[in-house]
Amino acid sequence: MQSDLWKKFLKNRMAVAGSLLVFGLFFTAVFAPLLAPYEPTEIHLDRILAPPSAAHWFGTDQLGRDIFSRMIWGSRISLMVGFVSTGIAILIGTVLGALSGYYGRWLDPLVMRSVDIMLCFPTLFLILAVIAFLEPSIWNIMIIIGLTGWMGVTRLVRADFITLKERDFVLAAKAIGAGDLRVIFVHILPNAMASLLVAATFGVAGAILTESALSFLGIGVQPPMASWGNILTDGKDNIDIAWWLSLFPGLAILFTVLGYNLLGEGIRDTLDPRLKE
Amino acid sequence: MIRYILRRLAFMIPLLIGITIICFAVIHIAPGSPTDLQTQMNPRASAEAKERLRAMYDLDKPLYQQYLLWVGRLVRLDMGISFSQDHRPVADKILERIPITITLNVLSIALIMSVAIPIGILSAVRQNSLFDRLAGLFVFVGYSIPSFWLGLLLMILFGSWLGWLPISGIRSLNAEYLPPARAFLDLLSHLILPVFLLAFSGLAGLSRYMRSNMLEVIRQDYITTARAKGLSERTVIFKHALRNAMLPVITILGLSVPELIGGSVIFESIFVIPGMGQLFYGSVMARDYPVIMGILVIGAVLTLLGNLIADISYALADPRIRIS
Repeated sequence: MQSDLWKKFLKNRMAVAGSLLVFGLFFTAVFAPLLAPYEPTEIHLDRILAPPSAAHWFGTDQLGRDIFSRMIWGSRISLMVGFVSTGIAILIGTVLGALSGYYGRWLDPLVMRSVDIMLCFPTLFLILAVIAFLEPSIWNIMIIIGLTGWMGVTRLVRADFITLKERDFVLAAKAIGAGDLRVIFVHILPNAMASLLVAATFGVAGAILTESALSFLGIGVQPPMASWGNILTDGKDNIDIAWWLSLFPGLAILFTVLGYNLLGEGIRDTLDPRLKE
Repeated sequence: MIRYILRRLAFMIPLLIGITIICFAVIHIAPGSPTDLQTQMNPRASAEAKERLRAMYDLDKPLYQQYLLWVGRLVRLDMGISFSQDHRPVADKILERIPITITLNVLSIALIMSVAIPIGILSAVRQNSLFDRLAGLFVFVGYSIPSFWLGLLLMILFGSWLGWLPISGIRSLNAEYLPPARAFLDLLSHLILPVFLLAFSGLAGLSRYMRSNMLEVIRQDYITTARAKGLSERTVIFKHALRNAMLPVITILGLSVPELIGGSVIFESIFVIPGMGQLFYGSVMARDYPVIMGILVIGAVLTLLGNLIADISYALADPRIRIS
């Protein structure tokens, strides 16, 4: 069974392409110190805004820092933001969705209305407003992206729970005396894993896009720490003279997000073909 | 129909209460009191600003009273005075910015519809054709591309290298002296890039959605009947299938309102467009709390209105909705 799934997964071109891109991100982030030719914050005042060359593949910025090296270190931010934010969103969404789907009664309308209310806010507005009251730091950003991203997961898990809780295997588990918590986490949740995994993969893609937009606006990762988004801010400031500052970090974001989206699509096709549109 | 609208309006009340509670929670989100934060975080904040903040949010009163007083003022559109140099009422500052933002959003929605719907139809009618595959690829890239980055690239290309389009503001410096037709073209040339970018991510989503709707509809019996009658494929698709496939699109457009309004923060600040998004961004950078809170509430209420309009249009278009 397991090896069948693997075979199916490896035959799916989208899944393989996505896995390779995501693996590339992991590899770059883990081995950043070995891969980067320069220190990410190393200033070279003699080669300010130098175009791409053999010494600086992706050129240098207004402080003469090597863009290639900054991007390699920036991959760590993207990797981390994706996992931490999505982890928070999945955790909240799973707990709320499971409880409201399983227990129903008064809890269900309460949770569903909370989802509706949260969906009324333009996410970017909510995130920016909270950041205005807190300090813009990588940790705050990750937490806030997570706290504003749980609504879709909640709906998904709730829907799975509503259909699964009536199934025979759940009734059987209850009949032999399994408690609510055991039924929820041991019997029902594993069956909701397929859709959860797909949602998580797409969630990572979304979180990386949001972080890059926030850093680009100057309210995300703060300089001198490098993130792909804040290198693009430098790109905007030097838009007439240094296209390389704008081009390369964006490509990195594009391919990373594309990787997670392809992977999500591949996992969906493999685990549950019915979920396909 | 009127009963449907009334029911729909009643449904909005708990959502409005929820929105105000969340906004209120944002004021109190910081550990300690918001005024402590104001002075610690922002050396520019004077003791006077601190005092004003304390008075404005009644921070010396119990929490529920603070909330009720705040909502009471909100209902009367009293959102306090901006912390910025102009000391103007927040409501005035926001209201004068709304028309530009709404114009941009409406134009983007129009663009999304006029491009995404034909793409979706064609992809569905010619499923798995080269066009369908290319459209699928476009959708994937559209979902994955950071649209602000696309904005930067287009600014470099059209603004810097080719010099075809202006990349900031909504009118040229000499716009006042231009004849009306030229002034209109001037405005148009300023709006092309922002509207395109704002629409971009919605385009991908809606075209894919339209495609799957259309695929579902053309498999139904009444379409087979229409074909069996010997109607031309054109009539079948445009007269019989399209209407039903279009319906759910209304809901999707309604749901995309918060994303569009959120996106206005990014594009209005990149292109220096004096709308609500730019005001919000500036206020966040300057920690102008009364304006931030005001826009947060208004942004959510605008979303609510967008959804309401979408639901009512849906009910107008589909009698099944308003009867059940």
